[in-house]
Amino acid sequence: MNDVTQHTNTTPGGMQLFASLVYDLGTHTKTNEKLEALIKYFSAADDKDKVWMIALFSGRRPRRTISPSKIATWCAELVGLPLWLFEESYHTVGDLSETIALLIPEEKTNENNSPSRSLSWYVEKFLELEKSDEQQKKKFILDSWAELSAREIFVFNKLLSSTFRVGVSQNMMVNALSKLIKLESSVIAHRISGNWDPSTTSFSELLSEESSVADHSKPYPFYLAYAIEDDPETLGDTNEWQAEWKWDGIRGQIIKRNGTLFVWSRGEDLITEKFPEYHLLAEKLPDKIVIDGEILPVKNGQVLNFNVLQTRIGRKNVTKKQLEEAPAGIFAYDLLEVDGQDIRELPLHERRQRLAAIVSDVNVPQLMLSPVIDFHSWGQLKEIRLTSRDVNSEGIMLKRKSSPYQVGRKRGDWWKWKIDPLAIDAVMVYAQKGAGRRSNLYTDYTFAVRDGEKLIPFTKAYSGLTDKEFAQVDNFVKRNSLEKFGPVRTVKPELVFEIAFEGIAASNRHKSGVALRFPRISKWRHDKPVSEINTLDDLKKMLEIYGK
Amino acid sequence: MESKLQCIDVRREALGRQLALFHDSRLTIHDSTTMLIDFTDKGLYCSAGNFYLDPWKPVEKAVITHGHSDHARWGSQQYLCHHYTLPILKLRLGENNYQTIGWNEAIDINGVKLSLHPAGHIIGSSQVRVEHKGEVWVISGDYKTENDGISGVFEPVKCHTFVTESTFGLPIYKWKQQSEIFSNIRNWILDNQSNGKASVLIAYSLGKAQRVLRAVKEVTGNIFAHGAVYNMHQTLTNAGILAEGMLPEIKRVVPEMPKETFRNAVIIAPPSAESSPWIKKFTPYSLGICSGWMRVRGNQRRKNADEGFVLSDHCDWPGLLTAVEATGAQRVFVTHGFQSVFSRYLNEAGIEAAEIKTEYGTEEEEAVQELTNNTAEQVATDE
Repeated sequence: MNDVTQHTNTTPGGMQLFASLVYDLGTHTKTNEKLEALIKYFSAADDKDKVWMIALFSGRRPRRTISPSKIATWCAELVGLPLWLFEESYHTVGDLSETIALLIPEEKTNENNSPSRSLSWYVEKFLELEKSDEQQKKKFILDSWAELSAREIFVFNKLLSSTFRVGVSQNMMVNALSKLIKLESSVIAHRISGNWDPSTTSFSELLSEESSVADHSKPYPFYLAYAIEDDPETLGDTNEWQAEWKWDGIRGQIIKRNGTLFVWSRGEDLITEKFPEYHLLAEKLPDKIVIDGEILPVKNGQVLNFNVLQTRIGRKNVTKKQLEEAPAGIFAYDLLEVDGQDIRELPLHERRQRLAAIVSDVNVPQLMLSPVIDFHSWGQLKEIRLTSRDVNSEGIMLKRKSSPYQVGRKRGDWWKWKIDPLAIDAVMVYAQKGAGRRSNLYTDYTFAVRDGEKLIPFTKAYSGLTDKEFAQVDNFVKRNSLEKFGPVRTVKPELVFEIAFEGIAASNRHKSGVALRFPRISKWRHDKPVSEINTLDDLKKMLEIYGK
Repeated sequence: MESKLQCIDVRREALGRQLALFHDSRLTIHDSTTMLIDFTDKGLYCSAGNFYLDPWKPVEKAVITHGHSDHARWGSQQYLCHHYTLPILKLRLGENNYQTIGWNEAIDINGVKLSLHPAGHIIGSSQVRVEHKGEVWVISGDYKTENDGISGVFEPVKCHTFVTESTFGLPIYKWKQQSEIFSNIRNWILDNQSNGKASVLIAYSLGKAQRVLRAVKEVTGNIFAHGAVYNMHQTLTNAGILAEGMLPEIKRVVPEMPKETFRNAVIIAPPSAESSPWIKKFTPYSLGICSGWMRVRGNQRRKNADEGFVLSDHCDWPGLLTAVEATGAQRVFVTHGFQSVFSRYLNEAGIEAAEIKTEYGTEEEEAVQELTNNTAEQVATDE
């Protein structure tokens, strides 16, 4: 049962199929139901739509051609609502695309119920729209809203505003594909990675046995580790394991093929341009090579706090000053391809040996071998792990020396063993309604520490509570809100939480003078009154110790 | 009168200050001259007639709009309600001093004329019309404008001042016709049956459960219910309020029943059952939740429902607007729900409106689900 509200006799159109898929993936709670929905989609959709679907599900979104505020204004205008009321609706729904889909009248211009146009028709129309003027865009959008069903409008808006995301892993999509076409899932995963353009690539080019020749930039799927849950003692003989620092940078693949260097992030963004200092690598690296490593701010061989590099990422152009202050290096972890040969099946210790030789031959300051930690017992490694922060690492990676380089997140051979986060007790002072699963619930909170008699807000946190706890806090907020600033409620400062975070840095954009890395709620301190929370001075001390 | 309306304007400017006084139930209308109905810390109060409407604390005389627990509370000395509400109050509040009347039967209480009018929310639910010295107020309680075939047909009542709920007072809340939702529920059940699954439908025991039963009985007679739903069902059936055969016969789920009993069956359960181990018994099953909140995708996902049926016993946005307009009221007070949004909208539409803080809206659907009564109480006592 996918769609109880749309029983039609005609064959469903492309957009309808796609919208049903997105709906099903959003509501199905079990993995094999999701897998089935994907398989069903791949069996029913036409080839062109499949290519776009694969592109969209692997993060290749068409660029945004129109601002969210324009879309909001046009919708409010169309349905005859004042903008403030549209915004109130939006804050309750927590999602612009859905708000619009809920507000547009159900009566459709598409009265004879003919099948909707294809997904690719719409997406390609979006690409065309980039060159159109505002009136043309508006007309297209209003016409589309008028003919599409609510579920289709939702997806249409998501694509239009380039906010399309889907709650299934790329792995699952790959598995669904491999059930339908005669290719190994690892091969499919590789094929759909890299630099391909869905508007010019056909389904058979993408996934036939013969293709996969043209793209030299194509990275391998990353092998990712799970966090270790048990004591590492359970891993057995220490001689079978290699320990490295777990670096807190940007995981990436460095590829040189046909004389050209490509840098890929784990999110499969091509980020070569962001690191002009790697040009030396382009020269020195041997051709036909793929290295897995971590991009980190490095000066004189020392890893700096990641905050240093963060200021540079996201900028379109990197300035000379930034290059000096935040020089980027690569700590190499692994070698995946050498002389054009895929060596991922070789055991780690062999790959590592060959990697070490190459790094040493290349001999440029930007490329370093991520050091192996020497240890003889698990007890000793536990001690070493506690010093992780001293070298700006976030813990230890454990890799079985005999392990191949696998695809995606897998248990067994690689484990991450992170240090405990930093933590501070704080009181909730503001609350805002969340999005998605948390729509219409106050789940986004701002926390404060004490500074004498004052409360100083210093961070937001959105995660870490159970659904039940969120419901309790939501109820508290609704009964104890003092003022309302747009969507934000000021809350009676009474609920105390422990906030965990991975790092702390000075910030002049925040009133508290600090910015936290990955803050989240680690505990609800029912036992602690507001008078006993941490102070601004405590935060500053932490900044001094860990923020450098 | 004018000073009261000024007070409404002041509300906007000094919202923060006023909200700081949020425990003072008279915060919105502070005035020395009493209105026909006053907003007090015990509930809506008519001083001329010396009675309360849906009080949340024990009082001498309570007029009850309907049987949901946030409107009908224990401890008052006398209760006045519609005939149909009586069995519900007896079930929930026990024996008390009850007086019942029918719809459109005016009575006199200390010189104040009072009558009840169908509100269409649940069985027996009534709006209360209060008239004194030519001034007429109508208190909506909870209501819906669509005729659900069980609850009576909402009757628009002309008045000077209308007190309206606003549970779904945002334009994103628009309901489909009951017949369409019912056919979706039936298709879903048939589909589950063809997959060998039971259909667990979450519906509040008073109101929603009876509506849903009417949809379900068209496709199966194999219907089970959680104790809370079953008890309410028996109470309503035994009271002889509903037409013969309107509701199907249902069986109570008891621990001794073997798992196979529920194969392909329909089970109706209240929201509190939805995340409890009790529900595991029906495996394999599909979970469908019937609530207006299911209109928003995130709510459905949060509850891990396989299907959300947007079925509500409250008005949707167009329903609220139609109802307010039909009263012809010059002034509207907005209670539980999206009261600030709805009152602002009415003000901009030229109808004087203000929001009123009440203690309604903790029951089931109004409380944005989730909260089992326990957690609500826990948070409340923490204050």
